[in-house]
Amino acid sequence: MSAADIHLTDAEQHASTALQHHFDNMEQQREAGTLGMWVFLITEIMFFGGLFTAYVLYRTLNAPSFAAASSGLNVKMGAVNTVVLICSSLTMALAVYYAQTGVRRMQLILLLVTWVLGATFLVVKTFEYAEKFEKGHVPWLNFTWNTPEAPEAMPAGANVPAIRMFYWIYFVMTGLHAFHMIIGLGMLGFLIYFAWRGRYTPEYHAPVELGGLYWHFVDIVWIFLFPLLYLLGANLHH
Amino acid sequence: MSEHIVSRTVYFVIFGALIFMTIVTYLAARVDFGNEAVNTIVALTIAVIKATLVILYFMHVRYSPRLTWVVVTSGFFWLAIMITLTLSDYLTRTPSGLPGTR
Amino acid sequence: MSAADTPINPMNPAVPGAGATVAQEWRSRFAHTNYINAHYGIKSWLLTKDHKRIALLYLASVTVFFALGGAYAVAIRMELLTPAGDFVQAHTYNKLFTQHGVIMIFFFLIPSIPAVLGNFLVPLMIGAKDLAFPRLNLLSWYIYLVGALFTVWALLNGGIDTGWTFYVPYSTSFSNTYVVAAGLGIFITGFSSILTGLNFIVTIHTMRAPGMTWFRLPLFIWSHYAASLIMVLGTPVIAITVLLVALERLAHIGIFDPRLGGDPVLFQHMFWFYSHPAVYIMVLPSMGVVSEIVATFSRKNIFGYSFVAFSSLAIAVFGFLVWGHHLFTSSQSVYAGMIFSFVSFAVAIPSAVKVFNWTATLYKGSISYDTPMLYALGFIGLFTVGGLTGLFLAALGMDVHLTDTYFIVAHFHYIMVGGALMGYLGGLHYWWPKITGRMYPEGWGRFSALIIFVGFNLTFFPQFLAGYMGMPRRYHAYAEEFQVLNVMSTAGASILGFGLLIPGIYFLWSMRYGKFAPPNPWPATGLEWRTLSPPPTENFASTPIVTWEAYEFRPMEEMEVIGAGPGDTSRPVQPAHGMHSDLTGS
Repeated sequence: MSAADIHLTDAEQHASTALQHHFDNMEQQREAGTLGMWVFLITEIMFFGGLFTAYVLYRTLNAPSFAAASSGLNVKMGAVNTVVLICSSLTMALAVYYAQTGVRRMQLILLLVTWVLGATFLVVKTFEYAEKFEKGHVPWLNFTWNTPEAPEAMPAGANVPAIRMFYWIYFVMTGLHAFHMIIGLGMLGFLIYFAWRGRYTPEYHAPVELGGLYWHFVDIVWIFLFPLLYLLGANLHH
Repeated sequence: MSEHIVSRTVYFVIFGALIFMTIVTYLAARVDFGNEAVNTIVALTIAVIKATLVILYFMHVRYSPRLTWVVVTSGFFWLAIMITLTLSDYLTRTPSGLPGTR
Repeated sequence: MSAADTPINPMNPAVPGAGATVAQEWRSRFAHTNYINAHYGIKSWLLTKDHKRIALLYLASVTVFFALGGAYAVAIRMELLTPAGDFVQAHTYNKLFTQHGVIMIFFFLIPSIPAVLGNFLVPLMIGAKDLAFPRLNLLSWYIYLVGALFTVWALLNGGIDTGWTFYVPYSTSFSNTYVVAAGLGIFITGFSSILTGLNFIVTIHTMRAPGMTWFRLPLFIWSHYAASLIMVLGTPVIAITVLLVALERLAHIGIFDPRLGGDPVLFQHMFWFYSHPAVYIMVLPSMGVVSEIVATFSRKNIFGYSFVAFSSLAIAVFGFLVWGHHLFTSSQSVYAGMIFSFVSFAVAIPSAVKVFNWTATLYKGSISYDTPMLYALGFIGLFTVGGLTGLFLAALGMDVHLTDTYFIVAHFHYIMVGGALMGYLGGLHYWWPKITGRMYPEGWGRFSALIIFVGFNLTFFPQFLAGYMGMPRRYHAYAEEFQVLNVMSTAGASILGFGLLIPGIYFLWSMRYGKFAPPNPWPATGLEWRTLSPPPTENFASTPIVTWEAYEFRPMEEMEVIGAGPGDTSRPVQPAHGMHSDLTGS
């Protein structure tokens, strides 16, 4: 580097050293990073997949109980969360767009909005869990169903152990999902910091893209969780 | 750089479609089709369409090399194997062999 | 002046920091700068990003765990010398076989070849400078270590007695042992496996040298690619299963508990969804090693290269469709059993393809019986026995009688020890010159290979007979009529143990006193043999450009070290033992 280069911006500085020594060129590095993130996401599909398998099995065997149990969930909060996550996916995709086109201000704003939406999701979830606790629907802690003080749906063929099973599956699946959201928020925090530093340019913005892939994946898990958990009992009358 | 930049218009269109389908799935769940299975199929179909849109456009798979498409498909395919073959056990048992029966 | 005349020079300017310290004598042994002497100090090893150093870190760790698992095996065999349960109590015996299984499977067999040989060789074989994600590679070693040490802590604090298979409801509702801690250790170590597989898949797809097309890749790479697919798709399922066992045990969620509406067989489905493909994680890399060794020591191209390559992928895919054969006697539906039985027969076909093709490679080959070849030939025979007995077990009717007997124990030990371990040892011998720059003593190598082969068969063949006659597994006492077979088995185990100690000793010896190895001692094809022994940190002096097919044996002048010019210090101080010393000609 000559003396004229000593005033490189953070972005330029980083772009010139962004190529890691074991790669031949940035194209190869980018390709490897993207493929690596996709392979990681399919491990996540199989990880959540174990829970989906258990869910599918027990729902098949206990359909009326699961429908009854589902009617005890707060569908409105679930729907709000679905919309919140879809919005956050939009803002994340746009953040990637502005990283690709090199507009630092918009990148930063959109990453921040994505973060806020993600945090909103978690806040709503917290209220939802609190409500479950108040109603006595947390299996490990205080599970009751259809007591005289709090009548619940009990269609023909339903039984309380299977209803309790639904609630455990609900907490484990949404809990694991929320855990992934928290990690996503942490990751977004890093992206926000470096976007503020101006590190992401049209030449180098792989972390934003790869972070986006992770975020969209977490959204997709919720896209399946919402109907499978919340909408089962929606047509029950109680 | 051979990266394809998806336009913002596409993103907003997909976003609109996702919100629309969320509303549809919410309303459809409240309809009693007589057979519970219909509700399930409707809900799952909509969910699959939503997920596909996110994968193709938000995650850029539509503009990615074929290898990416193969990786994504095989992930879901493997999940399908796990669920299907496990169910093949339970769905072919005699009723007394099923868990939860008395 | 030729390399043979060069005196050992402590002030050799080729070596950084020469002449400064106590390690100077050691440092001056290698004539060239390589990945071992390029940097010194414990930090340079524990914080390395070099795939070759990480491979050595794994080598040290898996060896320790192999010894620990072996110690449990010794205890088991001592108990089984006599029919009465007189060496240990029943619940102690349960811990012995559980811990033997957990350590051997999760902390030795699954990592061994991929993490040691794979990490070292994958970049070299494809002509790359490192794996795609070197820091993830180092992280995967630390994750492995954390998980393994966590499990060892659980073992030392009272252990686990559920069998390595953790079947519910015993593990969740009745066992009083450290199930959750051990499960957590396995959960953590699983991520190490996932990261290794991820690294290999991405590296093989994106970092092959110019001209290295898929069908010019060594079959070792194809096997590791297939094994990596399994690591990536299967390991997450054992992770979630272990998590659910922990939740069931701690919070009684009911997912596997019949009293709460759950199904214990669901655990078995989820557990074996991973654990069956896991056995292919253990054996596929070993098959890759065998392909390399058989080609080199027959001086021939592998017969039917593309069939062998595709058979690795077929095993990986079919391996995911057969897990129900572990549930034949667990109240699984007989119709599902039929499907799983049929596919279990099908999965034997690609394995058989490999065995046929290796045999066809040997036919009319120019065969030499060096130590690696002895292990490879042992593999072919023993894996065939293990595989055939697997077919007996895949038949529903036979399995009802043979399951949970010593027949099963013998079957899987023939594959795991007779197969996977032989491949690992053969590979260690074959690539030892490349990894350490030293030759092991060939006479001792052949001797110990034979001892191991004899000891192994004496240990496990009687177990087929005992199982067939009805001796159940996982019992610390047995009926009188099985004693003769058990005594033979324990005798064999002593021989096997003794045989396994010998390479441990001479490998260590060779690192200080072994003859220096030339770049290509056997000689073999493959890019890893076109660089120095041991390789420099960046693997090749210049990027290889591949214009030849796999296993294409060519005149020695065309198989020189890549990037080496005249007068370079790549020639060893002493020529390698015996044959091929003309390779080093200056």
